[in-house]
This record gives sequence, structure tokens and C-alpha cells, in this order.
Amino acid sequence: MSSLLFVIILLYLLSAAGYIIFLFAQKEVCHRVAYGLMTAGFVVHTALIGFEFYRLGYFPAQNLHQTLVVAGWALTGVFLLIKYRYRLNILGAYAAPLATIVIIAAFCVPSVAVAPTPMFKSLWLVLHIVIIFIAEASLALACGAGLIYLVQENAIKTKSSRFFLKRLPSLEFLDRTGYLFIVTGFTSLTIGLITGFIYAQLVWGKFWSWDNKEIWSMITWLIYAALLHGRLVSGWRGRRAAIMAVIGFAALLFTFFGVNFLLEGHHDAFTK
Amino acid sequence: MTLLQNDNGDPMILAEPGPDLSDIVVLGVNHKTAAVELREKLAFSAEETEAALKLFQKAPSIREAMILSTCNRVEVLLVTKNKSLAIDTISSFITEKKAIAPAHLKPCVYVHSGSQAILHVFRVAASLDSMMIGEPQILGQLKEAFKTAVTLKSTGLILNRLLHKAFSTAKRVRTETGIGGHAVSISYAAVELAKKIFDTLDGKTILLIGAGEMAELAVEHLIRSTASMNLLVANRTFSVGVALAGRFRGRAIHLEEIPETLKTADIIISSTGSPAYVISKDQVKPAMRSRKHRPLFFIDIAVPRDIDPDINRIPNAYVYDIDDLQGAIRENIENRNAESIKAERIVEESVIKFTEWYQSLDVVPTIIDLREKLGAILTAELAKTFQALPLLTETDRQAFERMAESVIKKALHDPARFLKNPGAHRNKAVYLDFTRKLFHLDP
Repeated sequence: MSSLLFVIILLYLLSAAGYIIFLFAQKEVCHRVAYGLMTAGFVVHTALIGFEFYRLGYFPAQNLHQTLVVAGWALTGVFLLIKYRYRLNILGAYAAPLATIVIIAAFCVPSVAVAPTPMFKSLWLVLHIVIIFIAEASLALACGAGLIYLVQENAIKTKSSRFFLKRLPSLEFLDRTGYLFIVTGFTSLTIGLITGFIYAQLVWGKFWSWDNKEIWSMITWLIYAALLHGRLVSGWRGRRAAIMAVIGFAALLFTFFGVNFLLEGHHDAFTK
Repeated sequence: MTLLQNDNGDPMILAEPGPDLSDIVVLGVNHKTAAVELREKLAFSAEETEAALKLFQKAPSIREAMILSTCNRVEVLLVTKNKSLAIDTISSFITEKKAIAPAHLKPCVYVHSGSQAILHVFRVAASLDSMMIGEPQILGQLKEAFKTAVTLKSTGLILNRLLHKAFSTAKRVRTETGIGGHAVSISYAAVELAKKIFDTLDGKTILLIGAGEMAELAVEHLIRSTASMNLLVANRTFSVGVALAGRFRGRAIHLEEIPETLKTADIIISSTGSPAYVISKDQVKPAMRSRKHRPLFFIDIAVPRDIDPDINRIPNAYVYDIDDLQGAIRENIENRNAESIKAERIVEESVIKFTEWYQSLDVVPTIIDLREKLGAILTAELAKTFQALPLLTETDRQAFERMAESVIKKALHDPARFLKNPGAHRNKAVYLDFTRKLFHLDP
């Protein structure tokens, strides 16, 4: 399996290089090649997960290694889909390196064998995992769009850096795509949490058990809910929305990793 | 003129010498050598250009001539067999017609000849010699000047070729380098910035405060880069505002309406003569709330400034004054200068190619090329024939080969003689060029 993983890392790495060259050289061919490489990587990646699913008999997201593999897969998947639909090539310079890092991290974490229990074989669990990861990928990209927005806004405000001004898309476009990511991410996060509650009800007999992960998930959800509310009601857009997207993603990362390493809870079984 | 000998060693009549690279001469003044007052005085109107070219055509020392007169340069391009005489003719014509003392004119005039002249023409065409490197107008002006000269038939083989090469070189420079790529005018820079704030300028509302020339220019640029936009004009004299708004299908408003308009406008261009700020921070803040923080772009091209620079601190409001815009251009100008290094290389290549063509117009290389071409044809045909006739002995073959060689020699005798001396006062270069084309010697 690790050899397949190695192929994926190589493809993503090359794609990341392509996007970074694109940022500097601004040649169309760079991002086209990078997109192709990423698509190839995604195909191999999907095959790998499918194969594991078949081999293990349950969805492979039961230890940290598998979780990271799925997280990277969702990230590239969502990026490829959005990129197919919108002209947001420059975001590749964020998404491709990020996906590469996630997969390299997965490569470095040993895949601890988990004793399969009937608990894993639930459709709700599969739904919960897949939807949550799509949400995390969208919100990661929202954070990327937000970061790019902040760089570009700074370039325009301070009138200093022509380097970014020339290369990055317009503020309105970045703001709108960022919003699109947030809406997608928030919707999937909500559905993902609901499926999680249903699954918890089936396994532990209660929807909510004040588990650390549950609490932090709720905090993250509230941050994004606040962001959307602010935008819809009082027109939070631009810089403030971009900063919120970054903060929201930081909370999300903490929910994903921090809770597992620093706090304890019933997700431990899945992510250690 | 030189004395030539024919094939038999007899002296021939005085004939034209072959084309020499130093026959191509350019003389003139430009923005680097002459102040604007002198350039203004020297500038040729269309009628003056025609009159001058007609006169130059009559001068025996001048073979071909054309005149380029723009606000940054006045140049005469000519082909001559007697450089000093031709220059004298032109200088005296100019000092006389334009009433300028020769002592006043002389230090400003540059004269290039040969490959320096070719290089100069190519650089001018490629906009490398312009005051604003990369500005596109010069090529059109050069084409116009060439057209005038062609209509009067004052150009010939050499200048025609030279100018066509200059145009194609300029085109290559434009497509292969970024020399014309970035904004170098303030209004253009403003439009580029607006495109970095707004995704599209379609459907945006522009508020023009003050109806100055600069503001008008910026609006023109904006309108050219969108499909549809709303224009509002606020001017102290309402009727002037109405007139300007009418030109761009906009609407005039009163100055008092500005704070209210801030809620709907997206781009504000201000260029009034007001000594105090026309728009203050306190006006913009509440407007931002009611416009739900949609971005607002202020372009302040007035001196003293119209827009409070502190407005730039308000989220989603951006203020650019004239210095900021100039700063944005400065880097582009530097970029152009960097790109011009690439352009210089392209120009040099073209100079080499043109020089090669020009030198092929000499008699000896043309005759050698002709001989080689016929030789190659005969050798190939002989080889085919020999293959079909296997019974021929080596002596037979040698006889055929000798015959072939003598055919070439005899066939080329008269053409070579003619090319060496096409007759008094005939332009040898024309015949040489024609021969090269007729026999397709320059594939």
C-alpha cells in the first residue's frame, strides 16, 4: 500500500510544484499540467481508498493514518471539482501543497491495525466520515481563499507589493468564492454532524454525550454559523469574512487534531 | 563612380558602383537631442512633407527619401551615393524653409549611416527610441510617413525593403516581448486597479466629481473595458456636468447629492479644483454600512487632493491618489525597460538579416549564386541521364560534363555582363534584386 501512497505523494508534489511555478511565471501551461497531475493523483488516491475499503470490509478511517489519507482525498476532490467549475487556478498553489503535506503526514504515521468491530460497519458511520471530510476540505479551501484575499487586500491597501497585485485575482472574486466554500463547507458540516449524532444514538444510545470532540465540533460549527449570519444580515464581507474563514479553519484543525492529542474522548478509538 | 573593365579587359564606360551599406543614411533630431521648442519649429506638416520629398527627388545626390515627423522626432531617411552632398541639400532646405540658423540646428542633428542607420530605423519602429518606451503610436506614424513617400514614389527598392522589415520587426517585438504589456498611463493604471478590486466592471456605477480632462480620460478607459455601466457626473457648474454626462450617456447630479450617492456608486473619480477635501471619512463610514460593505474605490486625480486619504483605512474602501497611481506605473515602466533588452536582441537580428540581403545585391555574389544554381541543375540532370545510358564510357561522360560547363558559361555571359553594367544612371541594385528573385536565389 505504501508504494501506491508514494505514487500519490509524487503526483501531488509535482502538481504543487507546477502551481507554484505558475504563481511566479504566470504561464497557462503550468497550471494545466499541475491540474492534470493532481487529477492523476486523485484517481490513484480514489483507487487506493476503494481497495482498502474492499480489503478491510469497512470504510478505512479508523486510525490516524487512514483518516489523513481520507482528509487529503477529500481536499483534492473538492478542489478539482471547484477548479473545474470556476477559474481559480491560483488556489492550486495553496491546495496542492496542503494535500501533499497531508499525504506525507499520513505516510509517516504508521497504520495501526484496528480490530474490526461491528461498530465500524454502519452506513451512518460511512456517511458521517465522508460528509465531514468534504466539509473539512471545503473549509480548508475557504481558509485558502481567505488567505489569498488578505494578501491581495494588503497589496491594494498598502500600495506596496505589485508582485501579488498582478498575480492574484480580484477581491470580489476571492470574496465570492470564499463564501461559496463556506456555504458548501457549512452545509456539509451540519449534515455530517447530524449523521454523527444518529450514529452515536445507534452505538452509544444517546445523541450527545459532552465528549470533547463533540463540544469542539459545536464551537467550530457556531463560528461558521456566526460568519454566515454576519454576512447575510450585516454584510460582513471582504477582510472580516476572510479573517473569520481563517479563524474557523484554525478551530476546525484543533477539533481534528488538538482534541485527539490534548484532550480525550470517544473519538480516540478512531484516530490514534 | 569607378572605372570597370569588361571580360576582355577593355575599359568600360563609367558605371554605377554596386550598392554600399553606407548609402543608407538617416539624419534628424529627436526628443533626446533637441528641446521641444526646436522640435515644434522643425515639425513638417503633410503639405511640407510632400513639397520636401518632391524637391529631394529632383536632387541628383538623393536616390530614395522619406520623412518622418512626429512630436518627438523629425527624421529624413535616404539612400544616396553622395552622402555629404545629400546632407547639405537637406540641411540647407530645412534651415531655409524653417528659418533656423544652421549654427543653432547643427549640434542637435544626428547622422547615422550603414548598419547604424538600419538599426536606428528598426529601433524607432519597435518603439525602443521613444520617449515612453513601448508606446504604440510611433509604428502607425512611421507607416503613415512611408505611405506618403510611396505615393510620391520617392522611395525605391532599398527603403521599401527596409521599412517592410522595420514593420515586421516591430510586430515581432510587440508579440514576443512584454514591451507594450503593462499600463503606463495613469487612467489605464486606474482601470487595472479597479479590475483587481471588482470582479467585473459591468453594471458598476461610476461617480465623476469634477469634469476635468483627466477625469474624462479615465472614464473613457473605463467605458472601453466594460459592456455596461452607469455614469453619474457631479460638477460645480451643473450645465457642464450635464454636457459631459450626455456624452457618455450618464446622468448629472448636484454636489449636495454626493453623500447619498456614495451608497450606490462603486468607483469614484474626483478631479475638482477644490482646496479642501470634497469627501470626508465621516461621509464614507455610514455609507459603507448601508452599502453592506461592498467595496468602494476612490480615484483621486486632483491636486490638491479631493478625497481624505484616511478613507483608505475604512475596511473595503480603497483610495488611490495621483502619486499612488504614478507609483503603480513606475514599476511598469521599469518592466518595459527590462523587456526592451529582449527587444534589442530581436532588432539586432533583423539588422543582420537585412544587411545580408543588402550585401547579396552585389554583382559578384549574385553571379556566383546563379552559376551554382545552374551547376546544381545540370549535375542532377546529368546524373539521371548517365543512369539511363549505362553504355557510355568514362570519356563520353567527361565530354558531356565539359559540355554542361560550357553551356553554363555561355548562358551566363550576357546576364553577367548586363548586371555588371546595366547602363549609366540605372540603379544596379534593382536589377540585382530582380535577378535574385527571378532565379529564386534567396530561398
